[in-house]
Amino acid sequence: MSLATVFKRNSLLDERSTWITSVVLIVGMLAVVVLHALPPDHAWHLNDSVVSLLGKYLTYMLLALAVDLIWGYLGILSLGHGAFFALGGYAMGLYLTAQQAPLAPWQAVMAHFPVAALAVVLAPGLLALVFGWLAFRSRVTGVYFSIITQALTFALMLAFNRNEMGMGGSTGLTRFDELLGFSLSSEGMTVALFVASGVAVLLAFWGCKAITRSRLGRVCMATRDAEARVRFIGYRVEHVKLAVFVLSAMIAGIAGALYVPQVGIINPSTFAPLFSIEVVVWVALGGRATLYGALLGALVVNYLKTVLTGVMPDAWLFLLGGLFVVVTMFLPQGVAGLMAHLRRRREVTA
Amino acid sequence: MSMMDSQRMQRLREFARPDRVFDFMAPADSPVDVRHGPILYLEDVSVSFDGFQAIDDLNLTIDDGELRCIIGPNGAGKTTMMDIITGKTRPDRGQAWFGSRHNLLQMDEPQIANLGIGRKFQKPTVFEALSVSANLELAMAGDRRVWKTLLARLDHEGRERIDEVMEIIGLSGERDRLAGVLSHGQKQWLEIGMLLMQRPRLLLVDEPVAGMTEPEMHRTADLMTRLAGQQSVVVVEHDMGFVRSIARTVTVLHQGSVLAEGSMDEVANDPRVIDVYLGGDESSDVREGT
Repeated sequence: MSLATVFKRNSLLDERSTWITSVVLIVGMLAVVVLHALPPDHAWHLNDSVVSLLGKYLTYMLLALAVDLIWGYLGILSLGHGAFFALGGYAMGLYLTAQQAPLAPWQAVMAHFPVAALAVVLAPGLLALVFGWLAFRSRVTGVYFSIITQALTFALMLAFNRNEMGMGGSTGLTRFDELLGFSLSSEGMTVALFVASGVAVLLAFWGCKAITRSRLGRVCMATRDAEARVRFIGYRVEHVKLAVFVLSAMIAGIAGALYVPQVGIINPSTFAPLFSIEVVVWVALGGRATLYGALLGALVVNYLKTVLTGVMPDAWLFLLGGLFVVVTMFLPQGVAGLMAHLRRRREVTA
Repeated sequence: MSMMDSQRMQRLREFARPDRVFDFMAPADSPVDVRHGPILYLEDVSVSFDGFQAIDDLNLTIDDGELRCIIGPNGAGKTTMMDIITGKTRPDRGQAWFGSRHNLLQMDEPQIANLGIGRKFQKPTVFEALSVSANLELAMAGDRRVWKTLLARLDHEGRERIDEVMEIIGLSGERDRLAGVLSHGQKQWLEIGMLLMQRPRLLLVDEPVAGMTEPEMHRTADLMTRLAGQQSVVVVEHDMGFVRSIARTVTVLHQGSVLAEGSMDEVANDPRVIDVYLGGDESSDVREGT
């Protein structure tokens, strides 16, 4: 049996939320492409910088999806997913700098796109494999796991800050020119990167949906709710956790790789513990264990951030903190949970 | 009309023939070697936690197909004993064998579970966020590896087995309801149903009738007696009425070791047992307590 049968059998589009999310994503993407293609003096024209910004949101949505997969469905709260995102980003950054002048001789190998593409998924994947194997085998769970993921991303931030790493030190990697032989500033590159990010989000969304609807997905939810029971039924819980954790890290790595060319820089601040915590806030706000909630949360919070940091830069962190408190206290299931609740109420009264 | 009724009656009789067990209850082929005697063998097992001797030189033998009841006051080590058998707790000393081939002390929980030891917890633990049928599906015997689980599909045979088990545990009407909204007694039954789906050789059942009504208790007693013979069943229970209704052999645990063993009457008349457990006012406490 192949993966294709998993996709087919779970009849992906039978669930209304999946259907709506897919349509919104596709229509939204097409709309952006069309509006960008309008003549520049048209009132509805979207310029390159807006498209880049939306592309950046898409990579954040992809990252949120990765976090929701392990937090929402498996109950593993990773407060260090920014590390996997950043590793994917650095792999892409090395590829882009290697087009002109690699910072260190060994980085010349990264000039080949297939090598770089492999590194984008393998670097975060291997880190997650080793880290997860040690943690899950020792049955590190709950808040302890969250704390060591914070330590992990913090340690990596310190390491990447050092010039000896050959990763550009605190400046990071920047001044990119070319991707796959096309200039990054060329006509169409912005849209191409935006579309690539959108397609990645869509594929990852369907993939995660297929997994969560499979028997493995139900084992994940069972593990989240009653881990000991799952063991006594005969499932090897640590293997399940490890597999999903590694997959989630790889998705985060791809998100990072798509983020870097659109933003034009990757530096150690992406490893900052605060960024990883922010990602968790996106997911909590949107609603855990729904996947579309994570997408929604990432989009809404980052849009608010863009608007508010422009208007009142000092107020943003207070607002983010406030939002998190309000959501935790009054909307434990996030916005997605609220919508489901309202829909049920309407059905009952109707 | 009456034709139909009698036909239905006929089918019901055929379905629940008293002289044989349901097919799905028959244990799957297992590698457990019971030709040389017992299915479970504990010898001189001891374990202590922070100086408290939870199990103290425990010796216990369960024969293949036996139904054994284990009673004992709180803190007698009943749950710790189950933890040792299922691989959750490692004893300080002693031997634990499943059949004559498998050393339980060298295996972890999933290995032991897949070998054919099923366990029901004291507090009913079902997967509350999943439907009743999904709970049973997860427990169904099968390949537990990650990739196989991802690709697993519920086949016709599996679906029939789930239906059959739901019939037995009286939850046919609740197929798509979330396990979290079931009543306490229904959760107990669902957990028993999950054990049946696993097709274990040995069932460890911790307080199966806690929180059950009288009729539910009778059905549980029926089920336990029916299971024995095909599977070996070890029941830990406080409810003396229930123990009396199913017990053939009763083992009394006290302070981590076996105090007495025998038929219910023998045990009940043993002066040592009366002293620590059944005697005086305590018996009523035990019956209602915990």
